[in-house]
Amino acid sequence: MTTPLLKIEHLTMRFGGLVAVNDLSFDVHKGEITALIGPNGAGKTTVFNCITGFYKPTEGRLGLKHPDGKTYLLERLPDHHINWKAKVARTFQNIRLFQGMTVLENLLVAQHNPLMLASGYSILGLLGSKSYLKSEKAALDKAVGWLERINLIDRADDPAGDLPYGDQRRLEIARAMCTDPVLLCLDEPAAGLNPRESLELNALLTSIRADGQTSLLLIEHDMSVVMAISDHVVVLDYGVKISDGAPEEVRNDPRVIAAYLGVDDDEVAAVEAEVGL
Amino acid sequence: MTQATHSNPSDAFNLTQALKDAGFAGMVTFGLCVPIVAFRAEQDMANKLVLQQRWWMALVITGLVVVARFLFSLHQHSRRNEHAQETSAGVTNALALIKPYLAPLGFGFITIYPLVMLAMHGPGGSIKWIDNFGIQILIYVMLGWGLNIVVGLAGLLDLGYVAFYAVGAYSYALIATKVIPQTFPFLGVWAFWICLPISGLLAALWGILLGFPVLRLRGDYLAIVTLAFGEIIRLVLINWVDFSNGYAGLSSIPRPSFFGIPFNASDTGFAAVFGLEFSPIYRTIFLYYVILVLSLMTAYVTLKLRRLPVGRAWEALREDEIACRSLGINTTITKLTAFAIGAMFGGFAGCFFAARQGFISPESFVFLESAQILAIVVLGGMGSLFGVVVASIALVGGIEILRELDFLKEVFGPTFDPSQYRMLVFGVAMVLMMLWKPRGLISTRDPSVIYKERKAISGSMVQEGHG
Repeated sequence: MTTPLLKIEHLTMRFGGLVAVNDLSFDVHKGEITALIGPNGAGKTTVFNCITGFYKPTEGRLGLKHPDGKTYLLERLPDHHINWKAKVARTFQNIRLFQGMTVLENLLVAQHNPLMLASGYSILGLLGSKSYLKSEKAALDKAVGWLERINLIDRADDPAGDLPYGDQRRLEIARAMCTDPVLLCLDEPAAGLNPRESLELNALLTSIRADGQTSLLLIEHDMSVVMAISDHVVVLDYGVKISDGAPEEVRNDPRVIAAYLGVDDDEVAAVEAEVGL
Repeated sequence: MTQATHSNPSDAFNLTQALKDAGFAGMVTFGLCVPIVAFRAEQDMANKLVLQQRWWMALVITGLVVVARFLFSLHQHSRRNEHAQETSAGVTNALALIKPYLAPLGFGFITIYPLVMLAMHGPGGSIKWIDNFGIQILIYVMLGWGLNIVVGLAGLLDLGYVAFYAVGAYSYALIATKVIPQTFPFLGVWAFWICLPISGLLAALWGILLGFPVLRLRGDYLAIVTLAFGEIIRLVLINWVDFSNGYAGLSSIPRPSFFGIPFNASDTGFAAVFGLEFSPIYRTIFLYYVILVLSLMTAYVTLKLRRLPVGRAWEALREDEIACRSLGINTTITKLTAFAIGAMFGGFAGCFFAARQGFISPESFVFLESAQILAIVVLGGMGSLFGVVVASIALVGGIEILRELDFLKEVFGPTFDPSQYRMLVFGVAMVLMMLWKPRGLISTRDPSVIYKERKAISGSMVQEGHG
C-alpha cells in the first residue's frame, strides 16, 4: 500500500429523494489501477461525475493530494479547474470525441490551457510570436507521441468520427492523457471492444501505470480487464460500498457474489442480515 | 419520379413519361391559374369592379412550369445515372484543383473592381455599381464573417446579431455628432478613424453583456434570448428619444475623410489636393477600399484565431461542450470571447455603415437584417469564409440585380416591379439550397492543423452546435 492520492470520505449524492451514492469512502492509491465495479445503477458513474466536477456532491470530501504535496478539495473547485489545476482527467461511457475535428486536433484541444498561456491569451499568437510557435511545436510533438503510442499516427489527419469504435476509445484515453493528469478516470473503457482490442487496452493502461505519473481509476463491467490489470477493486451496490480490496479478495467476497448473482431464496434472510440491509 | 426508371436505375431516358409528367404539371398549374391569375378584379375610375382577363399571363406561367418539370425529370435521370461515379470525394477533388487559383483571382478582381466599373460606366454611372453592389455586398460579407465566429465556429445560434451592428453605428453617430464637436472640434475630420476602434470595443462590450445571461442557455432558448436582445436594442433606440432621436434617427453624420483630407468641393478637399475634378465618386471608391480592408482584416483575424487555441476551443465547444469541460476548458470564457469578437466585427461594420449612409435610424436594424446575415452564414456553410462570400454575392447582389431586370416588364406588363418579389426569390433560394446542399455551399470543414496531408472533413461529421 502506497500513499493515497485521492481520499474519498463520506461521499453522498442525492437527486431529490433518490440517494445515488450513500456515505461512500475509499482511497485511490498513487501508481495503482483502482477499479470501481458494481451492477447496473449502482452509482459508479455518479461517483465519477462527483470526482470530475460534473456534479457537486451533496455531502462528503474529495481530497486529492498531488505528489508535490499540494492538496485540492475537488468538491470545491469549478469544473474546468478540476482538470487544469487538480489534474484529474476523464473519459466517458459513451465516447465524447470532437467528431468533426481531426485526430490530431482532438489532442491539441486537450492541451488548450498551456497553449492558451503560451499564446498570451491569443494576443502573442495573433502576432505570431516565436515563443508561441515553439510551444505549439511542443504540443504537436506530444500529440504525435501519443498517436504513435496508441498506433493511430497513420490516421492523424482523419476526422475522429471516422475511426472505428476501438480506436475512438484509445484516442479518448490519449486525449485525456494529453492534459498530463495525476489521476485518470476511465468510464467503462472496454465497453464494446472485441477480445483483441480489450487486450490492447490492458497493455495501454498498464503502460500508463508503468510511466508512474498517472494513477488510474476505472469503472468496468468486463471482469477480464478488471481482474487482469487492477491492483485494487471497490464494489458498489445501490450506492453503498459492499467490498474493497485486492481483486482476489473481492472475487471471493460472498456479498459481491450475492450482489452480482443473487442468492437462493432460502438464504436471502441470512445474507441480508449479513450485508446489513 | 418516373415509374419505369424506378425499377431499373440506369436505363434510357423515358421521354414519354417525362412529357406526361410535364403535361400533368402544366394542367394542374393552368387549372390553378384560371381562378387566380387569368381573372383579376380591379376597380375602375367609378370605383366599380371590372373583371380583367389575363389569359396570356396564365399561359406564360403554365409554360414555365411545363419546362421546369421537364428539366427536373432530365436532371433526375442524369443524377441517377451518374450517382455511381459521383461521390463527394470527386466534388472535393475538383474544388481542390481550382482552389489555389481561386483566392488570388478573386482578390485581384475585388481590388480592381471599382476602377473597372469607373472605366466602364464613367464617374456618374459607376456610383451605383460600386456602392449598391460593391460596398453593400462587402458590408454583408464582413457581417457574415463576424457572425460566422459565433454561429459557424462556436456553434452558438445568435438571432440578434444586428444589435451589435446598431451599437457600432450609433456609437459612431453619437460620438461624431455630439461628443467630438463639443470637446475636440479640431478632431472632426478624423472622427471616423477615432470612432472605428471605439465602436468595435463598445459592440464587444455589449457582446459580453449579452453573453453573460445566456451562457447557460442552449439551442432554441439561446436563439430566442438573442432575438429578444436584438429587439430590445432597437426598441430602446426608438423610445429613448433624448439619446437616439427615436424614429427620426440621426442625420448629418460626418463622412469619413481621406486620412484627414475631407471629400468635399473646397480648396482643401480631396479633389483639390490631388488636382482632380470634384466628383462624389472618389469618396465612394475610398469607402469601397475601407470596407474591403475591414473585411479582409476580419477574415485574417478569423483565419488566425482558428489556428490558435481559442479558435480550436470554439470549434471543440461546437462539437461537444461536456468533453470541453472535462479537458479543463473554461467554457464560460470561451463562449464570451466568441460573442465579444463576433460582436466587435459587427460594431466595425456598423461604424462603417453609419459613415457611409450619413444617416441612421432604427429602421436599418430590424430583425430581417439579422435573419439575412444568418441566412448568409448558413447558406455559405457553417464556418466557411469562402462560402460566406458566395452567399453574400448571391443574396445581396442577387436582390440588387432584381432591380435591373427591366426586360421582365415586357412580359408581365409595365407595372411589374421585380424587386417586390425579392423575399419570394429569397425564400425559394433558401428552400432549394436546403434541399440540395443542406450543410451550405461549402459543406466541408478545413482542419486547423495538419500532420501529413490536408483532408477536408465532410460536413456530415461536423456538429452544428447546440447553442
